[in-house]
Amino acid sequence: MFDVALKELCNWLAATSLSHTIQTVSWIIPTVQTIHILSVAVLFTSAVLVDLRVWRLLDRDVPASDIARRFLPPIWPILLVLLITGSLLIVGEPRRSLLNSTFYLKMALLAVALVLTAILQWSLSSAPKVPNKNARWLAEHFAATASILVWSGILFAGRWIAYTQAG
Amino acid sequence: MLQLLHDLIAFFEDSALADNIRENDLLFPLIESIHVVAICLVVGSILFVDLRLLGLASVHRSVSRVAGGILALTWSAFAVALMSGGLLFISNATKYLANPYFVAKLLLIGAAGLNMMVFHGISAKDMPEWENKARLPLRARFAGGLSILLWIAVVACGRWIGFTMQVH
Repeated sequence: MFDVALKELCNWLAATSLSHTIQTVSWIIPTVQTIHILSVAVLFTSAVLVDLRVWRLLDRDVPASDIARRFLPPIWPILLVLLITGSLLIVGEPRRSLLNSTFYLKMALLAVALVLTAILQWSLSSAPKVPNKNARWLAEHFAATASILVWSGILFAGRWIAYTQAG
Repeated sequence: MLQLLHDLIAFFEDSALADNIRENDLLFPLIESIHVVAICLVVGSILFVDLRLLGLASVHRSVSRVAGGILALTWSAFAVALMSGGLLFISNATKYLANPYFVAKLLLIGAAGLNMMVFHGISAKDMPEWENKARLPLRARFAGGLSILLWIAVVACGRWIGFTMQVH
């Protein structure tokens, strides 16, 4: 039932004039992918820099809250660019992602990564207000470690979409 | 000299390692994914330094402190990108060398390196005098802007290789 609806959605998307344009103008997909990857690069690096600072691996002379304030807020507008370019790629080749379980894995990991980012942003910027020091240390270090792993997983899944697409 | 390089590439391309990467369904995408993760960190971290040079980010920190906090990540990621890229290359060296986007990508990375060396060796000689300012001298802004453009072109070439070469 769900399968059929999804296939119909793919067929409908593939028949739109936007999809037709994306499919036939050969430079559009690589260009959109380039913008997508560059945005991933900025977002991923921002997250990793904050995660490394939580573990005191770089910029130790600056409070973690400063690093978080510099690098975490830009994540949200960049996410918008990623959603737009990602959507264009889906419209261009709907079956490549919508009928591909790797794509759904990537989206699930993205949801986890965003929750971790929000937790870090909140915890690092509201530092003095949180009463329990140990609990906060544990939460921040767990979120930072999980964040690096989950974002890497998203990048892996992104590359793997190309290898697991249906027909 | 060229013959030597040619023989060397052929030696690696015919090695069991290259053969494994070519034939194994999992190995190529795995190395490719590691390459993407590393490239993202290289480009992302360099971009932050470039934005500081352009006066668009981290303007309250000096150039050397911004760079100092990031460059360890840049160089480690670059080493991983180079190794993973090298493995992908030897799996199909002849085809990659015949691909204009691959050659362009190497030249652009070389140009980005040259830009960095010129900046450190010449333009940044008197850096202590201006590195705390939000708005830097033209030569520093130029180096930052050029670096951003070169790295965007590197990523674009990398993506275009995938569309102009059928290895799998």
